[in-house]
Amino acid sequence: MRPVRLALWALTALTALYLVLPVFIVIPMSFSDSAFLEFPPQGWSARWYENFFTDLAWLDSAIASLQIAVQVTVLSLVLGTAAALGMVRGRHPLRALISGLVMAPVLVPYVIVGLAVYAVFLEWGLTESVLGFVLVHTALAVPYVVITVSSALMSFDRRLEQAAMSLGAGPVATFARVTLPLIAPSLASGAVFAFVTSFDEVVTSVFLSGPDLTTLPVQMWSGVRVQIDPTVAAVSSMLLLVTLSLFAAAGLTRLVRRRKT
Amino acid sequence: MTPGAAGPREKGAGRRLPDGWGVLVLPLVAFLLVVFVYPLGSVLARSVSDPAPGLGNYAAFFDSPVYLNVLVNTFVTAGLVTLVTLLLGFPYAYLMTLASPFWRGVLMAAVLVPFWTSLLVRTFAWVLLLRDTGVVNDVIGALGGQPVPLLRNLAGVLIGMVQVMLPFAVLPIYATMRGIDRRLLQAAEGLGARPAFAFWRIYAPLTVPGVAAATLLVFVSSLGFYVTPALLGGPRNVMIGELIVQQLSGVLRWGFASALAVILLLVTGATLLLAARVIDLRRLIGGGR
Repeated sequence: MRPVRLALWALTALTALYLVLPVFIVIPMSFSDSAFLEFPPQGWSARWYENFFTDLAWLDSAIASLQIAVQVTVLSLVLGTAAALGMVRGRHPLRALISGLVMAPVLVPYVIVGLAVYAVFLEWGLTESVLGFVLVHTALAVPYVVITVSSALMSFDRRLEQAAMSLGAGPVATFARVTLPLIAPSLASGAVFAFVTSFDEVVTSVFLSGPDLTTLPVQMWSGVRVQIDPTVAAVSSMLLLVTLSLFAAAGLTRLVRRRKT
Repeated sequence: MTPGAAGPREKGAGRRLPDGWGVLVLPLVAFLLVVFVYPLGSVLARSVSDPAPGLGNYAAFFDSPVYLNVLVNTFVTAGLVTLVTLLLGFPYAYLMTLASPFWRGVLMAAVLVPFWTSLLVRTFAWVLLLRDTGVVNDVIGALGGQPVPLLRNLAGVLIGMVQVMLPFAVLPIYATMRGIDRRLLQAAEGLGARPAFAFWRIYAPLTVPGVAAATLLVFVSSLGFYVTPALLGGPRNVMIGELIVQQLSGVLRWGFASALAVILLLVTGATLLLAARVIDLRRLIGGGR
């Protein structure tokens, strides 16, 4: 191997380690029995996991996050799919303006969204409410659904719909039996994006949270911000496990699908 | 769907498909107008009306070296993050195009795992690693070195932010590089160019769309960062996002916080507008998360 190539490999390998390795340090540390989370741990214990499952503040925030993320997923799938259909197939004036508006929530810094929404939601009584979180997170998640579904619709062969309709299917049946199944994979990836966007959202949630309603990321935020609450290590390890198993699942499905074809 | 709401569009189809598709955009537009546009508008309004009508909040910002410093620091940090991210991301993406399918998969996974891992989890891991009694300093100490302050300073902010932004650089650059025909390099070398010369004169210019997209995405996202600098940076590394939160949580200066938000929004918007002349923004978002 030429020296240039060797240096390139070395740099890339280090970068890959820098990307992946730091996160995994959390797992052994979460089993430390000391509140200082030293590494390597002097003694092992599951007390921080116990803490998570017995402390109502942690449990409630996790449940609230799940609840919000599920509702955000449904709402942004409905709004986003409808909008994607409208944008790809419809003709409307102000086309550029509308697609700009739909993409804007991704481009505006979340701190600004948080501040803006906080001020308005205080007046509307929506801070510290599930509805308030769902509304904001949906605005942040919906562009991803629009993007994934639009790209599926753009490569969609509409003669399939015409065939269904010429065989006597009504518009609703055509949509439900032909269109929807064909775009289902992109709906699924849009749903994953929406769920994760909501479940991980910290910044806007910090504004909207309070004693009445706190999400898991905000609970973790306050467990790192001032003084480290070792429970965060346990929560982080569990979240990491979920991410990795989703990854493994996605990898496996791809492998199985490749075998089939 | 409202059949027949708009005129027929597809001539020759046995039956006309339901039309009026355009109407389907309206629910989302209405939703965003209420939840997104109206709140942003009220920020703008508040920035010129609270506590007193006029441009007082903006004057206070531009009169104070402390606040101007925060703006400068925001730009410098975002610029440094962009630079380091590109320096690491470009060779990374290039090697992905050369690697065997297996190693390409490994490198891709290394980009995607942090991409899908919660931002707080990653930042928390950095706190544990970089603090004075953290793993990195333990290793340095074990090797006989002096502890290096890595947390609550610029080093910490850069280490944390570059890791967050790397996937956003590698993905668009790799997407561009994958489409480049490597035979062009062979052709150049066949005509007598040295490999390095061929790379910089033939290959590198073709990667410009991807690099430009990555630069823009990383720089603009970095401008508005809040979580990472707030947790890994110190009092001297305050970025404008953090200043906005400080103005609210501590002193409840709504008008001033709103003015800061407007300034950040204008800066972000100006950067995007400049870039939109060069790059297709929608493709860019599609490539990132």
